[in-house]
Amino acid sequence: MDEAQAVLDSIEGTVGEIAVDNPKMSMRDVDVFYAEKQAIFGVDLDVANNEVIAMIGPSGCGKSTFLRCLNRMNDTIPICRVSGSVMLDGDDIYAADQDPVLLRARVGMVFQKPNPFPKSIFDNVAYGARIHGLAANRAELDDIVVGSLKRAGLYEEVKSRLDAPGTSLSGGQQQRLCIARSIAVSPEVILMDEPCSALDPIATARIEELIDELRENYAIAIVTHSMQQAARVSQRTAYFHLGKLVEVGDTNEIFTNPQHELTENYITGRFG
Amino acid sequence: MADKLHLDQHISQKFNDELEDIRSRALQMGGMVEKQVSGGLQALLEGNSELGNKVAKLDHEVNSLEVEIDEACTQVLARRQPAASDLRLIVTVIKVITDLERIGDEAEKLGRFAVDLASSRELPAYRKELRHLGELVQTMLHDALDCFARMDYEAALKVAARDDDVNAEYETLSRLLITHVMEDPRQVKNVFNITWCARALERIGDHSVNICEYVVFLVKGKDIRHTNLVDINQSLKP
Ligand SMILES: Nc1ncnc2c1ncn2[C@@H]1O[C@H](COP(=O)(O)OP(=O)(O)OP(=O)(O)O)[C@@H](O)[C@H]1O
Ligand SMILES: [Mg+2]
Repeated sequence: MDEAQAVLDSIEGTVGEIAVDNPKMSMRDVDVFYAEKQAIFGVDLDVANNEVIAMIGPSGCGKSTFLRCLNRMNDTIPICRVSGSVMLDGDDIYAADQDPVLLRARVGMVFQKPNPFPKSIFDNVAYGARIHGLAANRAELDDIVVGSLKRAGLYEEVKSRLDAPGTSLSGGQQQRLCIARSIAVSPEVILMDEPCSALDPIATARIEELIDELRENYAIAIVTHSMQQAARVSQRTAYFHLGKLVEVGDTNEIFTNPQHELTENYITGRFG
Repeated sequence: MADKLHLDQHISQKFNDELEDIRSRALQMGGMVEKQVSGGLQALLEGNSELGNKVAKLDHEVNSLEVEIDEACTQVLARRQPAASDLRLIVTVIKVITDLERIGDEAEKLGRFAVDLASSRELPAYRKELRHLGELVQTMLHDALDCFARMDYEAALKVAARDDDVNAEYETLSRLLITHVMEDPRQVKNVFNITWCARALERIGDHSVNICEYVVFLVKGKDIRHTNLVDINQSLKP
């Protein structure tokens, strides 16, 4: 068989502790297929409350695929099939009685490219709150929008032009707008897929600062290609390779003394 | 080269070269310091003032090499943001060269005392003990550097354990010297200088132990400072 298959076969289980004491989400034996092709192989992982967990790994290893399992974003891809269990506060999010729309309010997502709706800054943030009927009147809605913009660290920059289109903001501001939009519906978990890849170092530093603050109230899972970013923002780091979870552990440990050779090779830029 | 850390397998060839350069310069500095120690010891034992002065002067070279390596390490930290074993190598080198520099200082002291003591009547009585202590310490330093070069943490643990012999030897010698001063207080200055020499040698042993501990950190990623040997061996079991 080819080399990749040999490496894949050599990965047996996950090095490190996949479970945590206070899991917000618990994934067990998760497989994901795109049609016939398997993209995720038997992944077990917990995401803890008040933690940032970073997911790293080479391009195509399945980080985004796995992340999308956590709020059933994969449902939107017809050929995608997920098996195994994904629990949120002990409830299976794939159970028949689960409403994916409600679920995605509890488990929000921020994407790589900022994707503001073609609406005003205010309406971008108000959107989810309206859909889910979180505000009884205009004053409450104002509170939610202003509060979310403040928590996303954007309010001061946009307070005088809340009616301007969201797309008129800079890339970094748009990303913070998307974060404001996702926290406006009071999620419990925030998933971020390379949220800073289009941003400059200053905007990135702002988002990272924000992530650290959000951790007080949420569980956060972030996919990133930047090793330094993973090292800076996360408490735990998970290393994926060819669809398997190779190693997970304390971020300090992973970046100073990883146990698996594949992890070591990846984070130090060595040949596989 | 026994390269347990695969330093030459980065995708960036330039990064391979930078790390190898830092490592080999640290070893070069180790060689210089070793020479300085053996010169200092020889000057002391032979009462050779000229050699003593020469050894004392070598210290400049050692110091400037330390500054150079330090700078190279800072550059790699800033530009490469090394992780895992690369990070441990850089941290280890920064620490190793600090201890080497201190060893250089101790060797310099030996050189200076060798000059002061060259014509002392007290020294010959302690030559045998000083030589013995000196040889113990010299081999320890040599072996510690060897472990660093070969990244051999098991050997490093064994070398570090030899510090007990050095300490025992040093205790014996200082007791002799104290007795000497008590019996003949007029010779206090020379005897004190001999004590300082013994002390310098003993400190070189301590620094060699530090180097051994860094080797364990480098290879195993575990900080074993301030831990006893039994616990260390326990914690390093696979
Ligand atoms: N919509 C899709 N349809 C078919 N195959 C897909 C789809 N999305 C992803 N895949 C495949 O699944 C595997 C994992 O892809 P995924 O996007 O999860 O990787 P990733 O780790 O996020 O990569 P990157 O770092 O490049 O974003 C890849 O082989 C990819 O080709
Ligand atoms: Mg992706």
